[in-house]
Amino acid sequence: MKGVNVIGIGMIPFGKYPEKNIADLGWPAVKAAIKDANIDARRIEAVYSGTARGGAMVGQRIMGRIGLAGIPIVNVENACSSSSGALAQAVIAVGAGVYDIALVIGVEKLTKFGGGTLPLDEDDWEVKLGLSMPGLYAMRAQRYMHDFGVKPEQIAGISVKNRANGAKNPDAQMRKEVTVAEVLASRMIADPFTLLQCCPTGDGAAAIILASDKVARQYRSDPIAVRASHLTSGRFMSGFRDMTSPEITVRGAKETFEEAGLGPEDIDVAEVHDAFSVAELLYYEAFGFCPRGEGVGLLESGATKIGGRIPVNPSGGLLAKGHPVGATGAAQVVEIIKQLRGEAGPRQVEGAKVGMSHATGGGISGFDHGACSIHIFQR
Amino acid sequence: MSDDKRSRKPVPRPSPESLPFWEAAKERRLLLPRCNACSRFFFPPSQRCRHCLSPDVNWVASKGTGRVYSFVVYHRPYHPAFEGDVPYVVAIVELDEGVRLLSNILGTPPEDVRCDMRVRVTFEDRDGASIPMFELAP
Repeated sequence: MKGVNVIGIGMIPFGKYPEKNIADLGWPAVKAAIKDANIDARRIEAVYSGTARGGAMVGQRIMGRIGLAGIPIVNVENACSSSSGALAQAVIAVGAGVYDIALVIGVEKLTKFGGGTLPLDEDDWEVKLGLSMPGLYAMRAQRYMHDFGVKPEQIAGISVKNRANGAKNPDAQMRKEVTVAEVLASRMIADPFTLLQCCPTGDGAAAIILASDKVARQYRSDPIAVRASHLTSGRFMSGFRDMTSPEITVRGAKETFEEAGLGPEDIDVAEVHDAFSVAELLYYEAFGFCPRGEGVGLLESGATKIGGRIPVNPSGGLLAKGHPVGATGAAQVVEIIKQLRGEAGPRQVEGAKVGMSHATGGGISGFDHGACSIHIFQR
Repeated sequence: MSDDKRSRKPVPRPSPESLPFWEAAKERRLLLPRCNACSRFFFPPSQRCRHCLSPDVNWVASKGTGRVYSFVVYHRPYHPAFEGDVPYVVAIVELDEGVRLLSNILGTPPEDVRCDMRVRVTFEDRDGASIPMFELAP
């Protein structure tokens, strides 16, 4: 594999845009990435577009809008890993030398569902029985509290941290700081999750431009290298599943670190998949930022705040920045690139050189998650 | 979906693979698929073992006992027909045979349900079907 770099990023602020269609949402993010890369848009050779619920031919709809169709466009659906999975495909293509410049898009419009929990596939065994995503994560929380003696107010601390970060992010859907008391007093959704411990539904789009080592510096003097690009699926497990140790992320993290030749101690900043408050604690442990069962200790030590040893979700994460499913992975990368360039303003992680993004999801029976994609970047 | 369908709780629509499970449930028996090749139970039912993919599978009676692996209390109905039931408990029950079922815990106030609580199967009749659910084991 040859070296692959990020030379352009763009996104629209996550939020609710019920009046816009999926192409309306997507093209401004693409335009912003093109401008950021300082590139003639006609140099883009291929497009990898991720959306979970946006429908068919979304990449074509977006590229057609800005007069850039007529090149290979691949549409990727992989639930919450749709655009991070699209990125993984684009990295393979550029790394293989097929293209020098590729565009990655993530886009989603969830307001069309009218709010509430995401509809899942009704043919799925567990979904037929009534399992919902808040319910699934709530079960992880119940078991985590039981196994490690954790209290609901400690889990709520994740929402407090990430919403404080989101308040500093102009692209975040939720921009208000909250206290533990406010989190716990918000409406109960699925015990122990109150409303402020669930990511909001909304709309959004993000875009990334990749360049080969050969051409990257023609466009920007500060290309950010892709150190690892990983995509995997969950293992099917009938019967026993340890819900407090996410199999797909534990294995994905190990493989990603191996690919990069790095370890958890080398990560300066991370965006992880905090769809619900407890998830971030499980991922601290899955990535080895702390030992098993010690996630709360890591959070309460302040290590994962901006300014701490390993800041996690400086963008506000899914909890505050928002989670337009297919756009999430690409938007995490936008944040990590900003952090590594030193462009993150009031939420800047000082001196960050190595950053990681992690998007995982897909509620289907027998799987911890359907898909997981992890990337590591280095300046 | 028609209003009538939304106001009634859904009933199982057995597939060829799951038919024996639901037929046994009508007789208040909990059957589980087990692989003759690797001797392991698996769930949900399928034509091949979920572990070793052998087609040599059969049905074995479960003891019907197990523990709550984890659970969630639903404060909002996911389906309108459950509106009168909130708050209700959705639980993953790990049977002593090793497989897990997604079900409800009946007869215990939601605030008293705990992980690892011992439970046993009970059945709830619904429109000609019978659905395995769980209650506190004595």
